[in-house]
Amino acid sequence: MSSNKPQAEAALFVAFNALLIRDLHVYFRSRGTWLNPLVFVLMVITLFTLGIGPDPSALSNHASGIIWVVALLGIMLSLDALFRADFDDGSLEQLLLSPQPLYLAVLAKVLAHWFITGLPIVLASPLYSLMLGIPADVIPVLALGLLVGSGILSFIGAIGASLTVSLRSGGLLIALLTLPLYVPAIIFGSQFVQSAIEGWPLMPTFSMLLGLLIGAIVLAPIAIIGGLRLSQDT
Amino acid sequence: MSTEASNNSTLAPHSEVEPSLVLDSVSCERGERLLVADLSLHLVAGQGVRIEGPNGSGKTTLLRVLAGLSQQYSGTVHWCGKDIRQSRSSLAEDTLYIGHLAGVKALLSPLENLSWWASLHISSGDAVSKAKLLAALSQVGLERFANTPCHQLSAGQQRRIALARLYLSEHRLWILDEPFTAIDATGVELLEHRIAEHLKKGNMAIVTTHQAMQIDGFTRCPLTSASSEEEAS
Amino acid sequence: MASWQWFHRLGSPKWLSGTIDRWLPWVLGLGSVLLLVSAIWGLAFTPPDYKQGNSFRIIYIHVPTAIVALAAYYVMAIAGAVSIIWRMKVADMALRAIAPVGAALTFLALVTGAIWGKPTWGAYWIWQDARLTSMLLLFFLYLGIMALHDAYQNSASGNRAAAIMSLVGTVNIPIIYKSVDWWSSLHQPATLKFTEESTIATEMLQPLMLAIPGAYLFFIAAVMMQLRVQIARNEKNTRWMAERAAQ
Repeated sequence: MSSNKPQAEAALFVAFNALLIRDLHVYFRSRGTWLNPLVFVLMVITLFTLGIGPDPSALSNHASGIIWVVALLGIMLSLDALFRADFDDGSLEQLLLSPQPLYLAVLAKVLAHWFITGLPIVLASPLYSLMLGIPADVIPVLALGLLVGSGILSFIGAIGASLTVSLRSGGLLIALLTLPLYVPAIIFGSQFVQSAIEGWPLMPTFSMLLGLLIGAIVLAPIAIIGGLRLSQDT
Repeated sequence: MSTEASNNSTLAPHSEVEPSLVLDSVSCERGERLLVADLSLHLVAGQGVRIEGPNGSGKTTLLRVLAGLSQQYSGTVHWCGKDIRQSRSSLAEDTLYIGHLAGVKALLSPLENLSWWASLHISSGDAVSKAKLLAALSQVGLERFANTPCHQLSAGQQRRIALARLYLSEHRLWILDEPFTAIDATGVELLEHRIAEHLKKGNMAIVTTHQAMQIDGFTRCPLTSASSEEEAS
Repeated sequence: MASWQWFHRLGSPKWLSGTIDRWLPWVLGLGSVLLLVSAIWGLAFTPPDYKQGNSFRIIYIHVPTAIVALAAYYVMAIAGAVSIIWRMKVADMALRAIAPVGAALTFLALVTGAIWGKPTWGAYWIWQDARLTSMLLLFFLYLGIMALHDAYQNSASGNRAAAIMSLVGTVNIPIIYKSVDWWSSLHQPATLKFTEESTIATEMLQPLMLAIPGAYLFFIAAVMMQLRVQIARNEKNTRWMAERAAQ
């Protein structure tokens, strides 16, 4: 097969597409996958507001931090399901045995999952802004930051998900593993929003976020593949 | 079906190397238990092996090692002269593995499930045509349910979706773990016929089953729990 | 390859066990002496700091533990890499041995840092200190790896998971450290600077120069003791271990 290069590339494309489309099909047919993280995020923001108090200035002071922490939790909790269903029904075995590069397979799976959990959280950012009193002109910045940031969170969180997929009690362990790794993303992500509110230059923090995203896309799948492989030895 | 597939380009590169599977003193430990002890085996083209043994004797573990899923073993396994620890892709290109889990998504239809599998495992460059997929499904008696969500099908029918892969597969090595589970008598007969056909083409099969099996060219490889206890002590 | 794996599987733990038996008393003895001397020197014979008074003396515990705690993580990650690449049993044992020792050292560094913080800054914990915050995150990373070990029933899978996680952590630690540093500089009032090591007097530095190697030796000794437990647990069914036990 490797002797025929264009054919091998075409096969790669077919496999990548099939993975992406199948996962999206499955996600679309189970409404909970995309709705639950979003509802979770909205509910926790509500709880934050109730905890801090209704004072608008106090809320908008903490808004960027709150939104980022809550989005992070929503994405992280949803990631427990990323590989678990495939592990339970045996699709993961078939995926790992495919001659296609696992790097692309992992990329497709995380991308599909991000599309269904990360993207809705990004798209709902005007809603959080209203709830927490973020000025309207900052909303595009918030959305842009979350767009890049949710990608970072998905890829890094997927490492934790892959390392715990064969364990029955994965949820809390994922948190323990991935939360320390989320620190750079949350620092630069909330600072990006803060910069927009204060009128500081945006490029430094945004370039850091982009750098983190690229690093996560390049490196995280390597660890994820390792995690998925070891899940097959129970 | 089979003539259609043999025209496929997947056959061409396969004829380069004579296929062989060589196990050299393979042992698998799980926790404190030694499951497979010092197993050596040589499999050549056209040969099938039936791994036998009581429950818990390590049949599934061994099959997962040979498929390249399990990495916790000692000893070596060579596929076509290459250590499978080192060259994962050459084993993956040549192997079809069907385990206890069907690898079928309950929310998708048999057609969608099979199409997904084919695009990962039949790397011909194009997506496998719908006609071929339907033909494979009809071989296992599922053509009427091709578009029914799998969660509405019975356990045996879900199992058949996995087995439909055998009718798309041109892989040289089939590793089948209890393929006949939940399959009725006529279904078993058809499968046996398909496996025999596979061996006649010069391919190989490794099978575990608790049922009687009538296929020519199969040797037996017993994994007795008694011998493994001996080794462990 | 096969003969090497055989060698690693059976040869190394036995050899390592003998080496540990031979070296442990020396390492532990020298480490203890260094720590003791540096402690007495630092506590009794070093002049008090003109600004911090006597409270600065906690650096003779805080600084060595913090340095070794971070170094331990990298040593652990190297063990993880060796385990992944060469599948060495001993590397897995080392990973398991280092994680609790490293976590304990990190915890000690956090506690001493907090105690030092009270007289210096008036609070046990201030977030402006990037180093302390990074230490806290390092502590979490250690805990994660220990939790992974515990979660897997199949210890071989647990070893592999922990090895992968330790490498992931290694890539992330510099990024975490830099981002926390940047973050704290952003929120720090300009009058407050934490550069205790650079302004330190030579007289105060000398005991520290003894305490740091002392802490390293102490760490090595603690890992050796942990390794001995790991070897005993892993090799309990082998012949050499039975012979040793019979002696």
